[in-house]
Amino acid sequence: MPDLVKLRIDDVEVQAPKGTLVADAAKRVGNDIPVFCYHPKMPPVGMCRMCLVEVGRVQRDRATGQVMTDENGSPKIAYAPKLETACTVPVEEGMHVRTANGKVKAARSNVVEFLLTSHPLDCPICDKGGECPLQNLTMRHGPGASRFIYSEKIHFDKHVPLGSEDDALIYLDRERCIQCARCVRFSDEIAGDPVIGFFERGRKLEIVTFSEPGFDSKFSGNTTDLCPVGALTTADFRFGARPWELTHSASICPHCPVGCNLHLNTRRSGVSGKTAIKRVMPRQNEQVNEIWICDKGRFGHHFTASADRLTTPLIKKNGKLEEASWDEALDLIAAKMKTASTLSALAGGRLSNEDLFMLIELMDERGGRAQLHSRMGGGDLIQKVGVGVGANFGAMGTGATIIVAASDLEEEAPIWWLRVKQAAQRGATLIVANARPTKLDKYATHKVRYAYGDEVNAVNGLAGHAAKAENLVIMFGSDGLGLTASTALAQACANLLVSTKHVGKPNNGLIAVWPRANDQGAWDMGIAPGDEVAASDVMIVAAADPVGDGLELRSGFTVVSELFLTATARAADVVLPAQAFTEREGTFTNGERRVQRFYPAAPPVGQSKPDWQIFALIGERLGYAKTKTSAAAVFAEIAKTAPRYEGLSYQKLAQVEKQFPDVGGADLYYGGAAFENTSGLGMQTPTMAERGEGFAVNHVANGRRHPGDGLIAVPTTVLYDRGATFAPSELMRPRTPKAYVELNSADAAKLGIADGEAVALLVNGKETPAVCRVNGRAPEGVALVPQSLGGPQLNGATSVAVKKV
Amino acid sequence: MFIEIIKGMATTFKHVFEEPITIQYPEERRPTRERYKGRHELKRYDNGLEKCIGCALCAAACPADAIFVEAAENTDDERYSPGERYARVYEINMLRCIFCGYCEDACPTEAIVLESNYELSYTTRESAIFTKDRLIVPAPPNAQATPQKVEPGKFNRSIPDMKDPA
Repeated sequence: MPDLVKLRIDDVEVQAPKGTLVADAAKRVGNDIPVFCYHPKMPPVGMCRMCLVEVGRVQRDRATGQVMTDENGSPKIAYAPKLETACTVPVEEGMHVRTANGKVKAARSNVVEFLLTSHPLDCPICDKGGECPLQNLTMRHGPGASRFIYSEKIHFDKHVPLGSEDDALIYLDRERCIQCARCVRFSDEIAGDPVIGFFERGRKLEIVTFSEPGFDSKFSGNTTDLCPVGALTTADFRFGARPWELTHSASICPHCPVGCNLHLNTRRSGVSGKTAIKRVMPRQNEQVNEIWICDKGRFGHHFTASADRLTTPLIKKNGKLEEASWDEALDLIAAKMKTASTLSALAGGRLSNEDLFMLIELMDERGGRAQLHSRMGGGDLIQKVGVGVGANFGAMGTGATIIVAASDLEEEAPIWWLRVKQAAQRGATLIVANARPTKLDKYATHKVRYAYGDEVNAVNGLAGHAAKAENLVIMFGSDGLGLTASTALAQACANLLVSTKHVGKPNNGLIAVWPRANDQGAWDMGIAPGDEVAASDVMIVAAADPVGDGLELRSGFTVVSELFLTATARAADVVLPAQAFTEREGTFTNGERRVQRFYPAAPPVGQSKPDWQIFALIGERLGYAKTKTSAAAVFAEIAKTAPRYEGLSYQKLAQVEKQFPDVGGADLYYGGAAFENTSGLGMQTPTMAERGEGFAVNHVANGRRHPGDGLIAVPTTVLYDRGATFAPSELMRPRTPKAYVELNSADAAKLGIADGEAVALLVNGKETPAVCRVNGRAPEGVALVPQSLGGPQLNGATSVAVKKV
Repeated sequence: MFIEIIKGMATTFKHVFEEPITIQYPEERRPTRERYKGRHELKRYDNGLEKCIGCALCAAACPADAIFVEAAENTDDERYSPGERYARVYEINMLRCIFCGYCEDACPTEAIVLESNYELSYTTRESAIFTKDRLIVPAPPNAQATPQKVEPGKFNRSIPDMKDPA
């Protein structure tokens, strides 16, 4: 317990840990000191002067240092002649703070009046209107009338793209800005992308971006939430609706294993008449995403409303897929399954736990085998020695050690990147082990470079650091690795944790940076990756596109459950339309094994059904259990049978508790954007280590280092890819690169290729065009091939020939 | 008793020869009062631009939830209203409307006005929903209808400068 300091705020006795700011201490006792520039997630700057309070300190004798007392024996309090900013003054023993007297009220009223001198009367057309801290605090503390002359307001540009008109995600309204610098400080201090800044001073001050493309940050959308006025708005939501017209549905981001909590804001579309997602907002979960989300989560929701979504079941007749009814399609599938002697299923990590559970039930009944479509392994080790229950990057700092191995965290799991970076800045030891430079290197205490294939040795080499660590979290990814290599890496990481006894405790253990949102859930349901497309009579493919990824289907009869007509769907015999995560209920298990619920927000597209229902309906036709009436009922079944899920229920996952900082509530303290979490914080499943189950260190051989001759291609991940669930978001297209390959300058020189030139990649006898980038990221002898951009899909390191075209 | 009947009939006959106060609607119509609250109209400025800026405050004020507004952004090549925002979709469900006039009070640009038309009857529910093209008044004779192509930077303020109410 940190040292507690006692003080009085408006005659209320307050105890606060040493170092707490007066504004935060007051908030904890329900005294909302108004703020504009202060944000509890960022260090204070005291720029806006809104939080002025009268501060009295204990008087001491100058000669002796003794506390001076009055006639009653209580310490004498001396009030400073001027008001002080509550956001920069830390609490002191015996301090007296007055927040409601005339002097303070006058100061607040004057500050509001002054902030409004040139603030336009835009509230009716402003996107922030209705959830605007400036509006709220003006109503509460403002003077009601201004002494300044209305016609003397200075006007500036109202439609300033931060970037170019074609690629801007964020628009600035110059005259609305009150110069609080929350956006600049967020980008600089929290996101680590100092790409926006103040230009000029005084009235002329404006926010400018100096990156190409403009505001080049994966977290740019968060600045619009932080903005206490409507100066920053997103291109996605601009004039989309008034905030009070929106319906909030809690959801979970389906794009990466962090599992950020979201609010989907929906409203009827005036054009189509259907409920549409107007914007995506972060939902506070201090254990998972705090109050941040990345731009992929914020702007990457458009696939759910894409016109290319499948709406009806399709059956292949004479080589062509034709529309059919659900009954026809399901009857056909059931008939085929009845006669099939071998049965298999391939599932993507985009499916919810309920879907995966029903799929494996169906497979189990018929003796089929379900596999996960993934090139990353190690989920069983997460179940054994995963990070302990109660893990929270936000609580890590001095005393914590974080190892990030073979992961480009910023591209694979941006919010983890942000939180790991912040933990490092708070004093945690950060060790980044990767074969190539990544953005996290900048914040690393130690950097470890290895050659691709040497991951296991590299991790073993960290034993010294691991032994010294007080608390140790290891995050491993699949950067440049395939299934075998990532499984070996996971084993090496687990060995390190076990041998140094960093398992079974909070903030200790293993985290997998999965490529998909619910890969961990798939492992927990009993679906692991394998050889994928073994020959079988009937194969069910759900939320996966093996054909698009360069694999061949070897099944007699293929059923695909999908959102879109993917390459696999086109090759299938029956295609079933599935519902997107916005249209249905379900749970995802994130990389930290936190099971989180998402709720329906929009009506389903066409006749689509949730995947779990599709699998259950097939089972019903084969004579198995009747289809459950709800996802909750399926989850109840999961809680009964899935190991370590016992005791979980939809009710428990929906529980919330008070979180600090207190944001998004009805109070005026931090009004504005919809952050408040009222729909559930989720629950972490325990690991076997926490249950006292032993774990044997299973020594694992180092990977095969590739021979020196010829280039090898390794798969890497980019956040903005051309996957089916991201490509339909048109807004992000200018930021989505065309297929490219990164080469070392030495290799490029040898091949006579310069940066930016068009090349052809020859992998496994197939040629694909790409653009060459020589940017200092690729080690010698290695071609980095980002996946899902249209280039070759790789399952681990493969030899490649690059030639100029 | 006989006298009473005569008295009564006298009153009746007196009225037979008086001028009737009945109006022969619809051939004959009485003008509405100045403050009558009939069907809404969306007004235009003299230059033809729409006064409505799509702020949806009318919808927020509406106690019957009869109004639906969806906004979009103006450009100088395709300008509907002054400023950045205009109403792309504007619907009033006249079956819900209670003609209270709160929308008129809420409007920051005096775009919506309850006018004198009271002849509202419908044969379907859909036809009771008045869309923007049914609500908006035609452009003044020498003005262009919306959208207009205007010179850049001329109409950049949504809300007209207000005279000091004091």
